[in-house]
Amino acid sequence: MNKMLTLFTTFFKIGAFTFGGGYAMIPLIQREVVEKHGWMTDDDILDIIAIAETTPGPIAINSATFVGTKVAGFFGSAMATLGVVLPSFIIITLISYILELFQSVQAVQFAFNGIRAGVIALVFKALISMYKQCPKDLAAYIVMAFALLAAVFIDISVIYVLIACAGIGLVWFFVSLRRAEK
Amino acid sequence: MIFLDLFLTFFKIGITTFGGGYAMIPLIQSEVVAKGWLSETALVNFIAVSESTPGPFAVNIATYVGRVTAGIFGALCATLGVVLPSFIIILIVAKFYKKFKESKTVKGAMTGLRPAVIGLIGAALISMLATVFFPLGFSLKALLTWDAAASVIILALALYLGMAKKLSPIIIILISAVLGIVSGYLQMILV
Repeated sequence: MNKMLTLFTTFFKIGAFTFGGGYAMIPLIQREVVEKHGWMTDDDILDIIAIAETTPGPIAINSATFVGTKVAGFFGSAMATLGVVLPSFIIITLISYILELFQSVQAVQFAFNGIRAGVIALVFKALISMYKQCPKDLAAYIVMAFALLAAVFIDISVIYVLIACAGIGLVWFFVSLRRAEK
Repeated sequence: MIFLDLFLTFFKIGITTFGGGYAMIPLIQSEVVAKGWLSETALVNFIAVSESTPGPFAVNIATYVGRVTAGIFGALCATLGVVLPSFIIILIVAKFYKKFKESKTVKGAMTGLRPAVIGLIGAALISMLATVFFPLGFSLKALLTWDAAASVIILALALYLGMAKKLSPIIIILISAVLGIVSGYLQMILV
C-alpha cells in the first residue's frame, strides 16, 4: 500500500513540476525513480525513452505506466499514471475558467495577438530540432514531402496520412533489408 | 452523445500521436478544430497556455477541449481518452519488451512515422501562419495592416530569441504578450 502511495506522489510531483512536457520530464524522472527510490537503473531509463519514442502517446504517460507496472504491477501503473495526469487536469480546468473570465478584456486580447506570433516561432523551433534528429535518407524526404502535401491539399484526417506513411516505412524498411541480405 | 464523442476522438488522437508534444497539433487540427470544438485561433492561444503550465501537452489540450465543450465531465472523458491508449500499450509492451525492442515491424513503421510527423507539423505550421496573418482569408492587403506588421516583428524577434539566444518558451511567450499589448494600445492611440 505504501508503495502505491509513493508511486502516486512521486509522479504527481513529476507532473506538477515539468513545464513543456516531453523530454523535459526525463531528468526529473531519472532523479526520482533511479536516485531517490532506486526503483530502476539508468539503463532502464534509456529503455523507457526508446519505448516512448516507438509507442503512441505522451512520454510522461508512457514512462509513468512503465515505471508503475515494473515497480508494483497493474495497480502501480494505474497509480503512477493517475499521479502524472492529475496536476495537469486540475490546473488546466482552473485555467479554462480563468481564460473564459478574462477573454473579453481588451489587454488580454492584445496579449494573445502577440502570443500567437510567438507561438509560431516556438513550433518552428521544435520542428527544426525534430528535423535534425530524424534519420534522413531518400525515403524520409519522400515521406516528409508526401505528409506535408497530403495534409495541406487533401481534405482527409491526418490519421490516414500517418497510417499511409507507416505503410511506406514498412515497405521501404523490408525492401532495404532484403537488398542488404543479397 | 458528446461525452462518448470526446472520449473516442481523444482516444483516436492518443493512439496515433507519435513523438509526443507538438506531434499532436496536426491531429488536433484535423479531429478537433474540424469538429468545431475549438477554433484554430483558440488552439494557437492554448499552445502558449500549455507551454506556460506544467504537464504534457496531450493531457493539457484534452482537459481544455473537454472542459470548454462539455464541462468538467467532458474534461474527464477527453483526458481519459487521450491517456488510455498509452496506458494499455505500455502495459503490454512492458511484458514483451525484448521482443518489441527487436521487432522489425516496429522499426519499419517508425521509418515512416518519424518523417511523417515532421511533414505534418510543417503543414500545421502553414495553417497556423494562415490563422495569424490571414484571419479573414488570404489577401495581399491583409499583409499591409497594423496587426500583420506587429505579428511579423514579434515572430522575427521570437525566432531570434528562441533559436539564437535559446531563451525558454515561457520567456518568449511573456515577451510576445507584452509586445502584443504595447502594439494594441499604440494602434488605438495612433490609428
